[in-house]
Amino acid sequence: MSELNDLYQEVILEHNKNPRNFREIETATRTADGNNPLCGDALRVYVEMDGETVKDVAFKGSGCAISKASASMMTQTVKGKTRAEAETIFDEFHKMVTGELDAETDENSLGKLKIFAGVLEFPARVKCASLSWHTLHAALNEEAEVSTE
Amino acid sequence: MTAVKKMSSFDVNKVRADFPVLAQTVNGKPLVYLDNAASSQVSNLVIERGAKYLAEEHSNIHRGVHYLSQHATSAYEAAREKVKRFINAPSAKECIFVRGTTEGVNLVAYSYGRKFIGEGDEIILSQMEHHANIIPWQVLAEEKGAKIRVIPMNERGELIIDEYENLLNERTKIVAVSHVSNSLGTINPVKEMIATAHKFGVPVFVDGAQAVPHFPVDVQDLDADFYTFSGHKMFAPTGSGVLFGKKEFLNKMPPYQTGGGMIRTVSFEKTTYAPIPEKFEAGTPAIAAGIGLGAAVDYLNSIDFEAAAKYEHELVEYATERLSAIEGVKIIGTAREKASVLSFTIENVHPHDIGTILDQQGIAVRAGHHCAQPVMQFFDVPATARASFAFYNTHEEVDKLADAVQKVIEVFA
Repeated sequence: MSELNDLYQEVILEHNKNPRNFREIETATRTADGNNPLCGDALRVYVEMDGETVKDVAFKGSGCAISKASASMMTQTVKGKTRAEAETIFDEFHKMVTGELDAETDENSLGKLKIFAGVLEFPARVKCASLSWHTLHAALNEEAEVSTE
Repeated sequence: MTAVKKMSSFDVNKVRADFPVLAQTVNGKPLVYLDNAASSQVSNLVIERGAKYLAEEHSNIHRGVHYLSQHATSAYEAAREKVKRFINAPSAKECIFVRGTTEGVNLVAYSYGRKFIGEGDEIILSQMEHHANIIPWQVLAEEKGAKIRVIPMNERGELIIDEYENLLNERTKIVAVSHVSNSLGTINPVKEMIATAHKFGVPVFVDGAQAVPHFPVDVQDLDADFYTFSGHKMFAPTGSGVLFGKKEFLNKMPPYQTGGGMIRTVSFEKTTYAPIPEKFEAGTPAIAAGIGLGAAVDYLNSIDFEAAAKYEHELVEYATERLSAIEGVKIIGTAREKASVLSFTIENVHPHDIGTILDQQGIAVRAGHHCAQPVMQFFDVPATARASFAFYNTHEEVDKLADAVQKVIEVFA
């Protein structure tokens, strides 16, 4: 069960139960919808930009523990960052969960997001972990929706 | 649900030995394969028959004058005869080989639908259909200006038959309904539904994908006008499947796909078509898969399929009993007549997480909307976890499933 424990770590289970920034932003300047039609995960990411800075970011929707925890931690991570910084983290996160970046040895700014490295052992779940990030990326680039099927 | 568990005389261990895939371990645990509604496993008989074809008989069928081609043709046509007897079709010519249920629906919607369904006509479907038995009709309805009417279901996941009867009228051109729901396991009373439709002169198309692997089906007894099913859900390879159609319909339907093998004569001015079944079988088919389907029928005939069906039914009842007893588990689909499928949710746990944790225990289930989003909407769930049984599953496997579900609840507590 060690791999399973890698995936369902306390932090992930806790964010699943109490997702942060799980709300709408009425003054959002950008929103995007993310869907994973295979498992029915659907979320909307709200971003309020102040110039080039992510002033506020939040999400609503339904999904599995991995996608919800990932979305929750995504909002915590990018809030207050510049758009360019957020895009860098998106890129690193994406590389980490697809095995292109080793979060332990390669230089990165992922911080506590490293716990999602465990998803690598669960190929069917990579899309769950990355859905919110793809949706954020779409919102930052003013695309309306993204699908990870 | 019966309180007293009857053990039938069916020898499950003997049957399990015929399915080599079941003997492996997954994630260090013995495989518990409970995803039979998606694809069932194949027996040695089917594997060996397919290998023999590829090793000794492979050649293109029909029109060949050489030894191998004649051999392949007779093996392929023998499979059609086996299928005919298996579903008690009046004639093997009425058994069209298709690549699966999806193609069976598309064939009828495209060919029968485009010729006989027009503006203002109505097509009756049910709330519990698989997307494969919705979308082809929807595309047809959009193209023709026809209307889709939907038979509603109740909270148990049973069709409301009174409502069905109210939907039938002189504008109804076809009823397309599943014999067994893939997401709920409900066995629909298709024989009665067909009789009712026939009173209105309306033909009925039955999606039998989830029925044929689980109990004997007799298309003449049902009086089905069309009946389709997939090989890969009935212990045969993917790429095999059957569309049964009454010849009075098939004969007046135009071809679905055109090309080689389905013609009588061709010139640039005019083509005349071959009779059924070839009219609907353009191009080289999945020959090995078709022969494998015939072998799967041989296998089912060899094990006393009725006893197997009875055993499997008891197993599903036992699984229902075990999972229902776990606090936080909700069974989705509690019809009085059910086959194979046990869909469930766990409070505060997404089905995808259930699927991953069960997989770590070696248990294969499916998590998702099961290509039946209208069913998910009806029960107001984004998805379910679905355990689906075959006659080679055991009571011990059900116990493992129940234990693993308990574990899921502990992880998320």
